[in-house]
Amino acid sequence: MTGASMRVAVDPDKCQGHNRCYALAPELFDVDDYGTASAKGDGVVPPELVDKARRAAANCPEYAITVTESAEEGSHS
Amino acid sequence: MTGRQAPVTNWETDFDHTDPTWVADPYPIWSELRDKCPVAHSDRYGGTWLPTTHELVSEVAYDTERFTSRSVVVSNLRPTELDLPAPIGLAPPITSDPPFHGIARRMLLPAFAPKPIEALEPFTRALCRELLDATTGQTEFDAAVEYTRHIPVRVIVQMLGFPQEDADIFRKFIGQILENVDQTAEERTELVNQGEIDEYMNAQIEDHRAHPRDDLTSFLLEAEIDGNKLQIEHIRGTMTLLMIAGIDTTWSAIGASLWHLAQHPEDRKRLGHEPELWGSAIEEFLRVYAPVTMARLVKEDVDFHGCPMKKDDWLLLPFPSANRDPSEFPEPDVVKLDREHNRHAAFGLGIHRCLGSNLARMELTVALQEWMARYPDFELSDPAGVTWSGGQVRGPRTLPLRIL
Repeated sequence: MTGASMRVAVDPDKCQGHNRCYALAPELFDVDDYGTASAKGDGVVPPELVDKARRAAANCPEYAITVTESAEEGSHS
Repeated sequence: MTGRQAPVTNWETDFDHTDPTWVADPYPIWSELRDKCPVAHSDRYGGTWLPTTHELVSEVAYDTERFTSRSVVVSNLRPTELDLPAPIGLAPPITSDPPFHGIARRMLLPAFAPKPIEALEPFTRALCRELLDATTGQTEFDAAVEYTRHIPVRVIVQMLGFPQEDADIFRKFIGQILENVDQTAEERTELVNQGEIDEYMNAQIEDHRAHPRDDLTSFLLEAEIDGNKLQIEHIRGTMTLLMIAGIDTTWSAIGASLWHLAQHPEDRKRLGHEPELWGSAIEEFLRVYAPVTMARLVKEDVDFHGCPMKKDDWLLLPFPSANRDPSEFPEPDVVKLDREHNRHAAFGLGIHRCLGSNLARMELTVALQEWMARYPDFELSDPAGVTWSGGQVRGPRTLPLRIL
């Protein structure tokens, strides 16, 4: 294991409700009654959904999704 | 189209979106402009600008300070402050600017969120099957006339809670508004002032007041902004918007996708064998055949990348050209059903993102899926007989197909 972790976040000021992320990765994103998207839970992406997270970010017309990858806390590789 | 304008000989300085060459195939024009003249200008329609790259189209779409949405259909009838009072406009919120735009839009958004739209899928699927049933036994027919053009209008009529048999009234009204933009200002005024459609909507509104039900008209009658019910002009304007924005547009996207599939047996086969491709395929059709070019008016004199734009000049916003910009989309003219990175702008960008995008996507998906299930193999029976709508919404208006 590399010990890396991935998170997704949606900038609510940029999101215009295209709902592309919700269609591509409903495991990672939710939309409210106004169609505005947000990351589900704490935004941590399980290893099996890493590709989906990248794909959701790469399909957002408003560039509202950020994917951050960081070394896991406490891991010393 | 009436084709009454002088033919265009220079697209950089004298373009016209109703010219037959543009109507037949605007993509080579845009491609050349992106390379040579990314912001073209024309004196037609009282002065019009045309940015063509993804970057410039985005910049205008995001800039609601310098560019107003007070009118979004370029024609010879230039709106005045009097007949299109800012910030509401004729058809809120598409013709509204901030801050009223956000208020009018937020009121409507819940009716167009993914879940309520999902609820319309069974109706849409049944409608598509009924239309396909009616083609049984025919081996050659016009898919635009017999199939695609009926779908969006009947879904909108269903949403508004109007009688299904009235769908044709709206289809004709919208065709007049969107396609005859090269009429003179006097003819346009007469068309807009006819008032028949207002009378129709007033009657429906009265009927819904007397008999509230679970549909969009009753929703609009119940809706409040700052504790006040909507004025009837606002309700009618919003109904007009739903028709202008929701009928020709999706009709065009469905037709253009069928036009593509008719000519690409390999893509038909892939969709048949790899149903998991439907999601990305729909987005790719939306990118390549985005039907809608929007418009703005210049708010005050402004210098835009060296272009001296004057107050009340029009700007065409060709999202379909942005979607073919090679700097944003590798091999932009190639349809790749499995394209993984596709930030297409078919539904616009920024605060005016198409309110009905979830609805359009659902209708396009269901219409194509049902067609492919019924007719997995088909071709153009008369390629030269395919005609395209002019103006700012582009799609096939005749689509003669042969079922194989």
